[in-house]
Amino acid sequence: MEPRTSAYLETEASPQFKELKRRHRSFVLPVAALFLVWYFVYVLLADFAHDFMATPVFGNVNVGLLFGLGQFVTTFAITTWYVWYANRRLDPIADEIRGELEAKEVAS
Amino acid sequence: MSPTTVGDPLLNIAIFAAFVAITLVIVLRASRNNKTAADYYAAGRSFTGPQNGTAIAGDYLSAASFLGIAGAIAINGYDGFLYSIGFLVAWLVALLLVAELLRNTGKFTMADVLSFRLKERPVRMAAAISTLAVCFFYLLAQMAGAGGLVALLLGVTDKVGQGIVIAIVGAIMIVYVLVGGMKGTTWVQIVKAALLIIGAGIMTIWVLALFGFNLSELLGAAQANAPEGKDVLAPGAQYGLSDITRVDFLSLALALVLGTAGLPHVLMRFYTVPTAKEARKSVVWAIWAIGIFYLFTLVLGYGAGALVGPDAILAAPGGVNSAAPLLAFELGGTVLLGIISAVAFATILAVVAGLTITAATSFAHDIYANVIKKGQVAPNGEVKTARITVVVIGILAILGGILAQGQNVAFLVALAFAIAASANLPTIIYSLFWKKFSTRGALWSMYGGLGIAVFLIVFSPVVSGAPINEATGLSTSMIQGVDFHWFPLNNPGIISIPAGFLLGWLGTITSSRREDPAVAAEMEVRSLTGYGAEGATKH
Repeated sequence: MEPRTSAYLETEASPQFKELKRRHRSFVLPVAALFLVWYFVYVLLADFAHDFMATPVFGNVNVGLLFGLGQFVTTFAITTWYVWYANRRLDPIADEIRGELEAKEVAS
Repeated sequence: MSPTTVGDPLLNIAIFAAFVAITLVIVLRASRNNKTAADYYAAGRSFTGPQNGTAIAGDYLSAASFLGIAGAIAINGYDGFLYSIGFLVAWLVALLLVAELLRNTGKFTMADVLSFRLKERPVRMAAAISTLAVCFFYLLAQMAGAGGLVALLLGVTDKVGQGIVIAIVGAIMIVYVLVGGMKGTTWVQIVKAALLIIGAGIMTIWVLALFGFNLSELLGAAQANAPEGKDVLAPGAQYGLSDITRVDFLSLALALVLGTAGLPHVLMRFYTVPTAKEARKSVVWAIWAIGIFYLFTLVLGYGAGALVGPDAILAAPGGVNSAAPLLAFELGGTVLLGIISAVAFATILAVVAGLTITAATSFAHDIYANVIKKGQVAPNGEVKTARITVVVIGILAILGGILAQGQNVAFLVALAFAIAASANLPTIIYSLFWKKFSTRGALWSMYGGLGIAVFLIVFSPVVSGAPINEATGLSTSMIQGVDFHWFPLNNPGIISIPAGFLLGWLGTITSSRREDPAVAAEMEVRSLTGYGAEGATKH
């Protein structure tokens, strides 16, 4: 049995759901903007600032290689950060709302 | 050493045959529970996050990314590395914006999500057409690439022989998908991804050991082997030739980073797990596997440049693509070459199987069951149609692969990413994050993004008018001897992706039809909480 559509409208308007939506968007949207900006800064540097990227740092390792490896590091870091955030800040509240909806379903 | 006799083709074939035999047994065992549509399309939603993540890596690390990126680094150095970064960073879009919300709102295909609160039939049709277009271009590239690989690894250089091998590979793939469905396909991906990553990992450690685990020394040796005046350690060797190539690279970078999360065969994998949380775990697992693999290719590419040398690589039958196999031969002789060759073949097989089941699902579930039959199909009718579609697509892929042999196919993959980023991603993002998004916006964005991407490709140098290469006397264009190009870039992304987003916005604000707020509320609640999402099938 699906709950009546009004149940969805009620849930959507509830403070609990609004909080879940706020927490979700206030994390994913700024972080997405951040890594896209960092990626395009890197691509533009690699594309147009060859001499800067070729600056040696130590041995044969140059700025470009460190920046490139930096993209790997930030990708892994953002992944870990998001999982940590979702487990602690999103999942409990989402589980709670889902539980309430399932209870309503049984009641109807 | 004659370049066509590297390694032992018989050994390569034997190892590949062993792979096929083992995976076939797995596929047959997996197929015993293929009863419902959820079993066939989504493997009963019974895979765990780590399993599905490994399969995603298997789907994503195609022959192009294994052989192509290692080769590009060996020849052009840094620019090949740059390419792999776009492929990796793209996964953050999938992780943060798409995977979980999509898993919570859909059942089998991308169209399920897009048509959730919009007018079903037109939106589903548009999504299915763009899914089929992406799968078609991607599939053709893989099959055509198989021909080149056959020449390199099995020593089969005549067109008829290569055609026969392509037909055999295609036939094995059809059997996998027909019998095993999504479950069988997923297991093939898992086995292949594990072999590929372990194989590349062993070679990486081997190369590093030869240079005393000193990255700087490896880089120095690669640079010492590079042609005079070419700096392989800094960007620019390939894309920095002129302003056009620079803008072209920017266009490619945009398509790579935004295309991945719109690739239908990647999206479909999120439905093979029981919950959104497992979908999240799959992406996390995939990001680590893919990231570590690309770090391996960095070492392998420079290692091939240092130990084999660019001249020997370019002189081999597979050209740039032969860097990794030649490095394997240099390190471990015929046995390691045989293993790496078999893995490369398995790669094509697995990727083609994943694409085929995606295209067949989209046709049977979206076009046949929901648009043509309007949802009125017998319980078995949809899966039956999907199976027939698998055979048809398989045969088309074999024929296409044979016809496309020797063509410049690299652009097909770039085109698939550009279409995914221009036609699929804007609608996915809008429908998940923008409540006012309308049916008209979705249709304009999907058809507009697809149309503009294909239109620009037709009038770009990849189809006609690229300069003639003096060494071969041929142009790199698909069609020789004519020139009707006016669009200067090889990749249309920089125009078509913003156009896709813009059209979605424009279509929505000009649309007078208001979508139902109750359905919008339902979609929003379900996408964030996972309420009502289909769980694992119980047998």
